[in-house]
Order: sequence, then structure tokens, then C-alpha cells
Amino acid sequence: MELLKNSPALLIPTVDDNRLTLVAQDLDIGYNSTPIITDIHLHLSWGQTIALVGMNGSGKSTLLKTIAGLIPPLGGTIAVFQAAPGKLPHRIGYLSQFHTANSILPLQVIDIVSMGRYPWRGLLGKFTSEDHDIIHAALEIMGMSEFAHQPLQTLSGGQQQRVFIAQVLAQQADLYLLDEPTANLDLAGKELFLQALEGEKKRGAATVVATHDIREAAECDWVMLLAQQVIAFGSPQQTLTPENLLKTFGITMVQQGECMQLAVVPCEHKHC
Amino acid sequence: MIEPFLSNPFMLRALIAGMLVSIACGIVGTLIVLRGLAFMGDALAHGVLPGIALAMLFGLPGIIGAALGAIVMVGGISLITQRSRLSADTAIGLLFVGMLALGVVIVSRSNSFTGDLMRILFGDILGIQDSALITQALATLLILGTTTIFIRPFLLLCYSPEQAQVAGFSVKLYHNLMLALIALTVIVSFQTVGTLLVFGMLIAPAGSAVLITHKIESMMVIAAAFGILAVYFGLLVSYHFNFAAGASIACIATLIFFIIFTIQNIRSAAAH
Repeated sequence: MELLKNSPALLIPTVDDNRLTLVAQDLDIGYNSTPIITDIHLHLSWGQTIALVGMNGSGKSTLLKTIAGLIPPLGGTIAVFQAAPGKLPHRIGYLSQFHTANSILPLQVIDIVSMGRYPWRGLLGKFTSEDHDIIHAALEIMGMSEFAHQPLQTLSGGQQQRVFIAQVLAQQADLYLLDEPTANLDLAGKELFLQALEGEKKRGAATVVATHDIREAAECDWVMLLAQQVIAFGSPQQTLTPENLLKTFGITMVQQGECMQLAVVPCEHKHC
Repeated sequence: MIEPFLSNPFMLRALIAGMLVSIACGIVGTLIVLRGLAFMGDALAHGVLPGIALAMLFGLPGIIGAALGAIVMVGGISLITQRSRLSADTAIGLLFVGMLALGVVIVSRSNSFTGDLMRILFGDILGIQDSALITQALATLLILGTTTIFIRPFLLLCYSPEQAQVAGFSVKLYHNLMLALIALTVIVSFQTVGTLLVFGMLIAPAGSAVLITHKIESMMVIAAAFGILAVYFGLLVSYHFNFAAGASIACIATLIFFIIFTIQNIRSAAAH
């Protein structure tokens, strides 16, 4: 194992459990051989959700990109469905961070959502009636059916984000990697998204979601707090502690009876 | 309206060549507009100039020189963007003026300087030979076939390169394939409309089509149709009024864009 550990991007899962969608051991991530976070340990079973919580630049997106196979791991091992990241495109649904300037094609909403089926159908595979059903269902779930034939650029930012989420849902992936999916959504959009995620979870899909939203994170099965290092990884109860949140954000949570309450710490912390 | 094309073989050849250019430019131009590669198209259109000039100097077919110029241009742009912190538009701006100037320097060695330069820059649509028509037809078929097969990765690339990569389509491969299609269009079109005007044929009809439809297939068909319209009327105008043919075509293509643009604006103003 020591020998294997030294070769980066090694793909042998150390935990032999086919309920696992994602296994990372001693994983170092970053760009151009500059590590951002080192020694990440992570495992995620079918039907489970994990929230990556941290501020901008904390390494959330970098971790998602590494899992998606967009950037190579700098060290340690990572396996996605017991294969190298990027080897099973139809099983991985990836939603990149919202950028207003890009991705606004003058195409119809339904054509954007249909792209979610491309990993299944490849270059020339004809869409089946099942594909069309899935595409329409995804639009329906995100409340965008009535906009199906509208050009994307005529929609508001929040509506566009719903379309992007519908595209990922149309993929019916086994593992979703979502980078701040709710950042641009209104309340109704957020609710639809959470319901959709719940539906995918019941289907058995696992989800890794990057977020600033601690309330959203508290709904997940697991939470990983990041601030250019792993601050904590475990259940929401274990991880979302005042000390950990202080280390992550410079803010904290306090227990009030059954529920947790957000409290901003007086400005002594370097993040303030 | 039809008579000049029936009684003059050179006019008929010009019309056929122009139609083939329009089809190739309609397809590739739509990709350029959706992908935001207009500046790259511009770069290629100018980058081929020194290649053609060199080929003429050594008595080789212009197409070989144009291909060489295109390879140097694309290679130079990727080299600069990868090995420096400069963005693609800086690299393109730098190289396209450099290549244009180099082309002029080389052409200035020839005895018929102005004539040669004018022919390269503005084409010689009225002097098209049958052999050029065959090359043109084969290239247009190749462009049509390649785009039909690879339309899904091309669309994904326009939507988001990251999304394309995660969906299992190599960004590098399909980006280069797209550049190759642009280069091929420029290379085989320069004889007809010239290296300067081919850029107009790439952008104006596709830009007009994007204004009126939101489906990529219709965009390509409509762009090709606008191109053909411009060629037809351009040739007619040039025949009756003795204007330069290639420039007349490019003018009408741009005019079509502004007519569509104005109608769209009046309609949307009326709708509000």
C-alpha cells in the first residue's frame, strides 16, 4: 500500500464495498501541482449526501473538480465507482459554479436540458422515448415546463439556474457533483431543488454539494468543513460545532433547545 | 435576374462556388458565433495570408500554403496562451497583425504586387475554375459530415467546456476539431471571397440566423440560406453595376444582418 500511495491518481479503492460511490484516501488536490488541500479522507455510500462547506477559495470547487476528473489529483488515491475520476461519464452529473457571463447560449431551454442525455447516448445514439420522458420530467421537477421552448437568454438568472439543474437531473446520474447549485435561486427554486435532491436520493443517487449555506448543509448526511484544509468531516451534529464554524467562517452556531442557531462571532477572527 | 448566370459560364461557376462557401460558412459560422470564437475566425482568415503568399512565390497551390499558415496561426496562439499569462485575444491580436504584415511583405516581392494582394484578400470569384469547384464541394461535404457527426460535443463545448469534459467528450479533441473546421472553411473559401471577406461570410449570415431562431440546426440552414442570398444578389449587383464581386457579396451579407437586426428591434419595441 505504501508503494501504491506514492503514485498520484492511483485508482484502487482501499475499502472493498460496492455500496461506496466515492473513496478518497490521503488525497491532495490543487492546480498545477500547487496543493490547496492535502490528506483528504472521504467516502460516500449510495443514496447519501455530503455538503462541502467553506468560504470562497476554501477548496470546495477544487475538490468537486478533482472528483469529476477535470483536474488530476496531486497525491493519494481517489476512486469513483471503483474507477478513475472521469472514466464513467454517464454516472457522474456535474454542475459547475454559476457564472452569468458564460453558458448563456441563444438556444431553447429544452435543448439545454437535453444535453444531460448526451453522456448516455454518445455521439450519434438516437434519443429514445425514455430520454424524452426524462427530459420533460426534469423540466417539470424544476418548474420550467412552460419555458421549454423559450430561448435561455430571455430567462432571469434564477430561471437559468433552474434550467442548468434540470440538465443535470436529466442525466439520472449515480453521483451528483453540484457546485453552489442554490446560490442564484429564489426561495421557490431552492425548495424545488431540495425536493429534487430528495427524489434522487431515494433512487439511490449520492450527492456531493458545495455550499456556503450552513442550513442546507445541516440537511445532508455528512458535512466536510473546508478552509484550505479539512477542518472537520462527519455528521452535521459532529461537525457544525461553534469551534469548527469559527475556524471555517469566523462565525458560529449555538444550540437552542432542539435546533441550532447561527451567531456571528465578534470580530477577533482573521476572516472578519 | 437569372439571365446573367445562364449566358455567362463564369457567372454560373461564381454562383456555385458562392453557394458552396455559403453552406460551409453557415455551418461553421454558427459554431463560431455560439462558441464565441469570432476573433479566432478572424485570426485564421488573416493567418493564412503569408502561407498563400509563399505558395504563390514558389508556384505551389495556394491551398497548401493556406493550410500551413492556419497551422502556424493556431499553433502560435496555443503556444502563447499556454506558456504565458496572456489571454487568447491578446495572442490572436498579436499574431494576426504579424501574419498579415508578413503576408504583405512576402507578396510585395512579386511583380504584380497589388493584383496578387487584392486577389488573396478579396478573392477572385469570377475567375473560379472547375477544379476549384470540386475541391470546394468536397470540403463543404466534409464540413457538413463532420458537424453532423460531432454536433453533440460541439454543442456541449459551446455550453460549457467543463460540462463537455465531464460528459465524456474530450475538450482538447473537439476544440481542435472545431478549429480545424474553421481553418478548412477559410482555406477553401479564400479563392472565392478572399481571406478578408471570408470572415464576413462566416459571421454575418450566422449572426443574422442566431437573431431569428433558437435551434442550432435551423441556425445553420438559415445562415447558409442568407449566405446564398448574399452571393446571388452580390453577383447580380456586381454584374450590372460593375462592382467588385466579393466585396458586393460581403456588403449584402452585412446588410441582411442589419435588416434582420432592425426588424427584431422594431418588433421587440412594439411588443413592450
